[in-house]
Amino acid sequence: MSMQVIIAQLAGAMVTTCQIFFLTLLFSLPLGLIVCFGRMSKNVILRNIVKFYISVMRGTPLMLQILVVYFGPFYLFGVSITSAYRAYAVIIAFSLNYAAYFAEIYRSGMESMPVGQYEAASVLGYSKTQTFGKIIFPQVVKRILPAATNEIITLVKDTSLAFAIGYVEMFTQAKALAAGQKSMIPFVVAGVFYYVFNLVVAFVMEHVEKRLSYYH
Amino acid sequence: MYILECNHVKKSFGGVEVLKDISLSVREGEVVSIIGPSGSGKSTLLRCATLLETMDDGTLSYQGEPVVKSVNGKAVYGTKAQQKKARESFGLVFQNFNLFPHYSVMKNITDAPISVQKRDKDEVMAEAKELLNKMGLADRGDAYPCQLSGGQQQRVSIARALAMNPKILFFDEPTSALDPELTLEILKVIKDLAKEHMTMVIVTHEMNFARDVSDRMIFMDKGVIVEETTPDEMFRSQNERTREFLGKYHDVMS
Repeated sequence: MSMQVIIAQLAGAMVTTCQIFFLTLLFSLPLGLIVCFGRMSKNVILRNIVKFYISVMRGTPLMLQILVVYFGPFYLFGVSITSAYRAYAVIIAFSLNYAAYFAEIYRSGMESMPVGQYEAASVLGYSKTQTFGKIIFPQVVKRILPAATNEIITLVKDTSLAFAIGYVEMFTQAKALAAGQKSMIPFVVAGVFYYVFNLVVAFVMEHVEKRLSYYH
Repeated sequence: MYILECNHVKKSFGGVEVLKDISLSVREGEVVSIIGPSGSGKSTLLRCATLLETMDDGTLSYQGEPVVKSVNGKAVYGTKAQQKKARESFGLVFQNFNLFPHYSVMKNITDAPISVQKRDKDEVMAEAKELLNKMGLADRGDAYPCQLSGGQQQRVSIARALAMNPKILFFDEPTSALDPELTLEILKVIKDLAKEHMTMVIVTHEMNFARDVSDRMIFMDKGVIVEETTPDEMFRSQNERTREFLGKYHDVMS
């Protein structure tokens, strides 16, 4: 099998990898904010439930979580699993897991905000929603960008964990090719693909950081 | 007419009484300055009056409209609408400015009048330009707070407070974060406001300035008002504690 065929096959599977990546971000970034509100809630019960959720999500392997989400419906409720559910299971598991991490990143940003910003907003009569939306959140975004970039880069590499339930993204494809060809080349190509993907991520995030560097 | 009336305000932090039965009323056009050592409760009083801190007991009203009532020795706060109304009566200038760093100078001044008071955008912009002009910052509207000196930032924050058309303006040690040169800059702005009969309450450590600008001076110590009188009387006070506090000041100045 020629190099071109390997690259073509992996590039095809890369589409699935990108899907996992973008869908996970799409769901986990807003979900993370909601989880963060729960984590910072004045309600002790809610706060502790969310704390427990975060500790489970961070304290157990993502691969295990993917397996639980995929096989859970069958073992727990006897629902038969269709192969179409594979894609959903991957996105659900990734989103739930990354939301926990993003929640803590949001929290770090919010807790680093000087109390004077809230006080100035209060004196000027901003409502709570306005204060958060106009004053606090835009500044939080700037503060958490470096930490978020870290997490997003990890996500690119974590997409490979979808192979655990045989969901064919780029890494699953590379493994299959490597086994079939008895060759290491597919792994090398896969490595290059991930690396380039992350170069792009880092480049984009750096650009965003620069755009927001008009103030400090 | 009294713009601000607060009576018998009590406030404790973790068992420590910071305000012990403080009353303060301010008439329209009056300039009142509050002096006293650190930890005397000056700032806490201002923070209670501006609803940044909840008082334990006491009453508070703006332009005759009560916001806080005292019921059985406990402060009871009015509805959200009443608090909102009160907030429209006052402005507060902070020690460390608290400008919004992600907004330009212009947006810092105009955002609240537009999005909180829902006033006409063009009218607010025109007014803001006038205010900037008055503050000597006519050409800095597009700058961001981080590009300004401390004195300029404080002038922007005064403009931001004035843009809301408050009936009374509070200053919480407005020059404490500034060097002597920049301090003069701000004091001049406040003096100009006094000339326009802006009602103001100023917590300050600038004694000469307080003496100059105020109609009335209040000396606070350990959570109580020790003396409340005209600036001239204050500096000629026979009260031991007042003399001690101002005396130290005289010693250094002479």
